[in-house]
Amino acid sequence: MTYIRPTFRHPDLPKNKINFTKKDYEGALSTLCAGCGHDSISGAIAQACFELSVEPHRIAKLSGIGCSSKTPAYFLGNSHGFNSVHGRMPSVATGAYLANRDLLYFGVSGDGDSASIGMGQFVHAIRRNLNMVYLVMNNGCYGLTKGQDSATADNGSKSKAGSVNPFNAIDLVGLSMELGATFVARSFSGDKAQLIPLIKAAIKHPGFAFIDVISPCVTFNNNVGSTKSYDYVREHIEATSTVDFVPIMEEITANYEDSKEITLHDGSALQLQKLHQGWNPEDKLSAMIALQNAKEKGEILTGLVYIEPNTNALHDVLQTAKTPLNILNEDVLCPGIDALEALNESLR
Amino acid sequence: MTKINDFVVRFANVNGTGSASANSMFAKAIFRMGIPVTPKNIFPSNIQGLPTWYEVRVSEKGYLGRREGIDLMVSVNPQSMLKDVESVRSGGYFMYDSTKPLHKEYIREDITYLGIPLMGICMEQYTDPRQRQLFKNIIYVGALSALLDIEFAVLEQLLAEQFKGKEKLVAPNVQALQLGVKYVQENFTFPLEIRVERRDLVGKRILFDGNGACGLGAVYAGATVAAWYPITPSTSVVEKFEKYAKKFRTDKETGEKNFAIVQAEDELAAIGMVIGANWNGARSFTATSGPGVSLMNEFLGLGYFAEIPAVLIDVQRTGPSTGMPTRTQQSDITISAYASHGDTKHVLLFPSNPKDCFELTADAFDLAERLQTPIIVLTDLDLGMNDHMSEPFEWNPERKYDRGKVYTAEDLENMGRFGRYLDSDGDGIPYRTYPGTHPTKGSYFTRGTSRDEYAVYTEDSAVYVKNMQRLEKKWDTAKEIVPKPYFYQEKNMSPLGVIFFGTSTYSSEEAIDLLREQDVVLDAMQLKAFPFNKDVEQFIEDHEVVFVIEQNRDAQMRSLLINELEINPKKLIRVLNYDGMPITADKIVKEISKNLTVA
Ligand SMILES: Cc1ncc(C[n+]2csc(CCOP(=O)(O)OP(=O)(O)O)c2C)c(N)n1
Ligand code: SF4
Ligand SMILES: [Mg+2]
Repeated sequence: MTYIRPTFRHPDLPKNKINFTKKDYEGALSTLCAGCGHDSISGAIAQACFELSVEPHRIAKLSGIGCSSKTPAYFLGNSHGFNSVHGRMPSVATGAYLANRDLLYFGVSGDGDSASIGMGQFVHAIRRNLNMVYLVMNNGCYGLTKGQDSATADNGSKSKAGSVNPFNAIDLVGLSMELGATFVARSFSGDKAQLIPLIKAAIKHPGFAFIDVISPCVTFNNNVGSTKSYDYVREHIEATSTVDFVPIMEEITANYEDSKEITLHDGSALQLQKLHQGWNPEDKLSAMIALQNAKEKGEILTGLVYIEPNTNALHDVLQTAKTPLNILNEDVLCPGIDALEALNESLR
Repeated sequence: MTKINDFVVRFANVNGTGSASANSMFAKAIFRMGIPVTPKNIFPSNIQGLPTWYEVRVSEKGYLGRREGIDLMVSVNPQSMLKDVESVRSGGYFMYDSTKPLHKEYIREDITYLGIPLMGICMEQYTDPRQRQLFKNIIYVGALSALLDIEFAVLEQLLAEQFKGKEKLVAPNVQALQLGVKYVQENFTFPLEIRVERRDLVGKRILFDGNGACGLGAVYAGATVAAWYPITPSTSVVEKFEKYAKKFRTDKETGEKNFAIVQAEDELAAIGMVIGANWNGARSFTATSGPGVSLMNEFLGLGYFAEIPAVLIDVQRTGPSTGMPTRTQQSDITISAYASHGDTKHVLLFPSNPKDCFELTADAFDLAERLQTPIIVLTDLDLGMNDHMSEPFEWNPERKYDRGKVYTAEDLENMGRFGRYLDSDGDGIPYRTYPGTHPTKGSYFTRGTSRDEYAVYTEDSAVYVKNMQRLEKKWDTAKEIVPKPYFYQEKNMSPLGVIFFGTSTYSSEEAIDLLREQDVVLDAMQLKAFPFNKDVEQFIEDHEVVFVIEQNRDAQMRSLLINELEINPKKLIRVLNYDGMPITADKIVKEISKNLTVA
């Protein structure tokens, strides 16, 4: 089996503003199970980048270990990717981001990767407000090690083998808000209409943008009784609003009464319609209440949950130079021999 | 017997009482008089209250290792006084605070007592308790200057430098020194039998700590990203990096910095950040000690297999976290050489003085990028946290950073298919690309080993084996480009050889001299790096017996030599010290002599 795709390009394929076709944003053929939620998310990421006209090579994809963390091989084949070690993608992303502030950083992780082994790094990446998208493909289990419960599995959720999870779930959405993430969303791999605009807005966000995407594992956690199965999620999903991404300079079309427009950092906008009652995405308290209410009602709240469009990311905090550090060389970095001689003198 | 410029003074202090700056002024004054000194801090893992010692060896012959046998004890800590009295050599001196009379259990017949009412003088002179505490330290330095013949003007000059910008503080400090001098003049015969005399033996040399030199080396080498987690004795590496980077790399107008430092949540994250930054083309490093190296193991393996540069400075210390974290050892050799799972091995560098720390740290960045692999600089607490007399730092103004094999957008434009793990040059080192280089060429997916030469996913056994063989070839290339060992003789003169590295060097050199006085001739080799090259192998082959001097229990360097060079273990004889204190020449002489009589 070969994973290299034929390079033949259909001349009539639609191009985006920078002359790339959809194919330029695809990756190698996926080796995940047919029907795995993760593949739909890969497709949504590629689609979002195509529509946003992001230059593919200006994105760096980073992941930990797991079925979810393999996916960066399956989208954006013209971007560098780094399948690092289990639970440690946030630190690799931190270093990469410090080295070159000019690229877009797209982190992909799993619920095991982020909520268990990588919890420490996950929370600290949020705390440091890296300018990156951090997307968790959340299936409530460890897919790659054959289906053990993860820390995001709901209390009472039943596994394929029939055992019931007795522990409370860690909700990464609530947690990241608590930790000060400035863009927090939840979505569902089966809802591309919602997921794609959220990914676009996350890419535009100048700080840490977190998206928890429920992504059923068809092989190990799609059974009756599992709260992360396609059927269960579809039945219990509840959106904060509909979401449309409006690029810069484009008119906002419809204008319903219960709608809201959020201008993003670069001038593009998110148009939200059919707003959830009492919820204001720019008011953290209302977002937390909405989240808590949904939880009590047994609903899975999706959509944008919280946003603070302007934020100071790590480079702003550290006051790093505007020029990416990775292109600096001895001419600017080395203090030279006069400084060294002066130092020697001071040590005599 | 008069001993000029050849004695050991030990100060017994209480941690956190401001004695450190007074003590180092004492050492610096002797250094300024052109006489070689070796100061050492001996301190507990504690911030305030427990005993600490500061030991200064003065050596006309320029021996910089620690020496047993204290000639003069300056005792200002009642807590450790009994032990301190015992540690003075017969015929030595014991200076103490005589404000209260000395209890008779402290009295030895064979040493001379120098009682100075330090607290009494302070109570009389100062009202502020803080001043009483601080000036007590200065008063004993003043007393010592008279007792040991230290030039007063040198001390005055040092105070003037120390309080530059706060000139008001100079006069009271000078006055405190004079109080000490005066007391000695009125009460003792001075100078003592041990004393200093101005010489010209220091030349252009400097007095500096190894950690500071590593931090400075990283600044000169163009490190831009530092990530770390605090741990004694490595903490000051990044602190000094920050100090010099702030000074030399901050835009005066905008305040923008050509560097970024992150205090990570743990060592796993610190090394992860270093790997991420290097993957993305920045020179990045971390500093830690043994417990941190343990935590970094998984990432070090990834760095090896995925071929990502990284620089790790390991300032070795004794034992586990609740071992003796403030004592020195050379005991992370095995864990560093073979860090991580699977078939991994890492390039190690062994600095032995501050100049080495500066140069080998800088070299580590070139080697890391040239070899695309983690490089571990193994220093230790003794080197890192003490001032050492060292040759001055040098930097070749023509020096260009060796950024290794990296394809630019232009290279990619003009070539065929890019293969990240292709051995195009036959040296085992492939070419890499930085993310963001070219819109359609040169991107690849980084992962451990489940990929072919083009970084395309595969779990094919033959491909795996071929890749591992290429890594082996790269290892052979490393042997040729790492720093070569240093030989003390042009031609071998003896069937006996001796091998040492790092801070064991000082005492080893002294031991060689002492043994020669007993007509035992040793050929000597100082190791600078692992992997070992042909010269190392040849040296061992050329000698019947080779002593390997190191500061750990398990003879880790000896094992590494045996393992890597397939040497008959009988040929390599252990000379070990692992009590947490720097190894001494006497100990080495004793161990080697013992083996010679047996043989
Ligand atoms: C240090 C370490 N421990 C354990 C593993 C084994 N392991 C591989 S993937 C995985 C769980 C992945 O779960 P998740 O992040 O939820 O990804 P999914 O496969 O469900 O998408 C584990 C435990 C590993 N690779 N590394
Ligand atoms: S095991 Fe589950 S998570 Fe992994 S690929 Fe299959 S369906 Fe997806
Ligand atoms: Mg999972």
